[in-house]
Amino acid sequence: MSTAIPKVINEEAQPPDRSVEGPENVGQTQPVKILIGIVGMVAVVWFLANLFLAFSYYPEWFGHKIVIGLLAIVGGVGGAAVLFFFLNMFVEGLPGRLSQGVIPYVFLFPGLFFVALMLIYPTFQTINYSFANSDSTAYVGLQNYQTIFGDSEFRQSIVNNILWLLIVPAVVVAFGVVVAVLSDKLSAGGEKLAKSLIFLPMAISAVSASAIWLLIYAYNNPGQEQIGLLNAIWTGLGGSPQVWLQIETAKLNSILLMVILIWLQAGFAMVLLSSAIKGVPEDTLEAARIDGASEFQIFWQVVIPQIKGTIITVFVTVFITVLKIFDIVYVTTNGSYGTNVIANLFFNKLFAASEAGQATAIVVVLLIAVIPLIWYQIRHFRNEEANR
Amino acid sequence: MSRRLMKDGRPLSPFSIVVMTLLVILWSIPTLGLLVTSFRSRDDAATSGWWSALFNPFATDWTTSNYSGVWTGQDFSTGFINSIVVAIPATIIPIMFAAFAAYAFTFMDFPFKEFFFLLIIAVMVVPIQVAFQPMLDILGPRGLGISGSYIGVWLLHTGFGMPLCIYVLRNYMSTLPTSVVESAKIDGATHFQTFWKLVAPMSIPAIAAFATLQFLWVWNDLLVAKLFLNSANTTVIVKLQQLLGTQGQGQELLTAGAFISIVIPMLVFVLLQRFMVRGMTSGAVKG
Repeated sequence: MSTAIPKVINEEAQPPDRSVEGPENVGQTQPVKILIGIVGMVAVVWFLANLFLAFSYYPEWFGHKIVIGLLAIVGGVGGAAVLFFFLNMFVEGLPGRLSQGVIPYVFLFPGLFFVALMLIYPTFQTINYSFANSDSTAYVGLQNYQTIFGDSEFRQSIVNNILWLLIVPAVVVAFGVVVAVLSDKLSAGGEKLAKSLIFLPMAISAVSASAIWLLIYAYNNPGQEQIGLLNAIWTGLGGSPQVWLQIETAKLNSILLMVILIWLQAGFAMVLLSSAIKGVPEDTLEAARIDGASEFQIFWQVVIPQIKGTIITVFVTVFITVLKIFDIVYVTTNGSYGTNVIANLFFNKLFAASEAGQATAIVVVLLIAVIPLIWYQIRHFRNEEANR
Repeated sequence: MSRRLMKDGRPLSPFSIVVMTLLVILWSIPTLGLLVTSFRSRDDAATSGWWSALFNPFATDWTTSNYSGVWTGQDFSTGFINSIVVAIPATIIPIMFAAFAAYAFTFMDFPFKEFFFLLIIAVMVVPIQVAFQPMLDILGPRGLGISGSYIGVWLLHTGFGMPLCIYVLRNYMSTLPTSVVESAKIDGATHFQTFWKLVAPMSIPAIAAFATLQFLWVWNDLLVAKLFLNSANTTVIVKLQQLLGTQGQGQELLTAGAFISIVIPMLVFVLLQRFMVRGMTSGAVKG
């Protein structure tokens, strides 16, 4: 379909007196461009580095915080644009073939630089630190790993993390499917309203969500009126008020914390699954109806197989979120009453206990846990590219 | 069997209506409880459930003193400004860098292209916790000594958001017709010109999608802000977390503080929901 258009342009766009600016004609080395490019890049990087360091070292120069924020936007975005301008000029000055070979890396470099600095280098450095002592000044071999695996708190955190991983992604996906299917049967206006309200918690931070749910789990002494919704219902049914987040029986407190995350994430699952369900071709449903299938059979045997890809994507995304669950546990119980999880344990080792060695060893355990997910992501991407 | 029909001709489903109504109520009640409680006096909130205020609205001691108390008394005003100063640059700065990289991944061929892109996909899943101890070394007193100020947090969020931004933009750019870029090339445009004049403007929807997700992520972040900002520069989320930590006194301020922290992301969410959904459906996963 699109083959006809470029052909026309192709014929029109090649007059005999082609402009010297055409990329194929950039043959010779242009030392002036190379020089301006290099000087420009150095100047931009020097200026930006000093500007941003000045924000930190001499904030009083800039008057108000808002000024710093605005300058950061102008400096960051404008600086990036000017940097690319000089990078491009430098590359254009190079001899033709070299220029064509270098330009992709020039486009990639600044973005990859940030990824390398903030994620790749730290990954290796973290592995390195995990074999060192609490302030990373001397190697201690495997001692940190022995310490954390010998710590019952760590083992309990692993168990809790596994419990979170078994429960939350599955419930979120199941809930998302149910809401997506049911809302699809509502009127257009009703569907929009219902989905917006269920989606809304997506905007709420885990800390604020914890504040919201602590209100629901609140406890007053027996005899007083209960201000927490859960205890009000519980006492209304004849029970005595409970300090819910301290009940370790059957991991009830952990499950109540999971409810917070499910409440936050359900909308995300619903939105993705809903758009997948709307993409199921009507004629496949119609064919099944003509064959006499019940709505229930149609759902399980026609709809579900066609949205399987989205179900897996949502599951994996929620799974990754749950693996690193931190905020909710940190602000509600900080891991006491048997609710600790790995990321919270990591934070307390790093922040409260200043045990860098043990903290980084915990991260390495987390890293090992995500390796299968990295493999899955890459395979998923390759499949998608093959179907493109 | 006669079934009632909706305006668009589909059969009315009473079961769906009942179940969905219940679910929507269930999902909205927690936030409603917070909102109602934040306008009640300390004594009222401590002695009766927030729903009783809804049942007897005239017997309730409605007040906005919780908001003024938390805004000035607990200095949420500073936290609020800090959140804005942290979140907006951290949302915008990654975009320019990522857009160039996404352009290269979409429209150029070069050795190790697949390797670099698989690297981006892999680091999307890597937990950001890996960065903390090494970056505390680089930015902290052992290194540049800029830990505690905004710049460290901007840098970190730029780095953490970069893989996702490249991924979302690249997915979007690969849906653009290649004929546009081809013809620009034949017209003698360099890649730099093609990027600025064609591809960047056409990618605005994907840029908005990423920006919405990244803004919510940075605004709602606790970990990075708590570790890398000093108390003068800290965000409203960290302020709220600190208020949650002080049990007992100031409980009535907590609900108002929580609501203050929700207002901006809620607004962004309502206004830009469309873009956000698009960002999510383009396969957004973040480590």
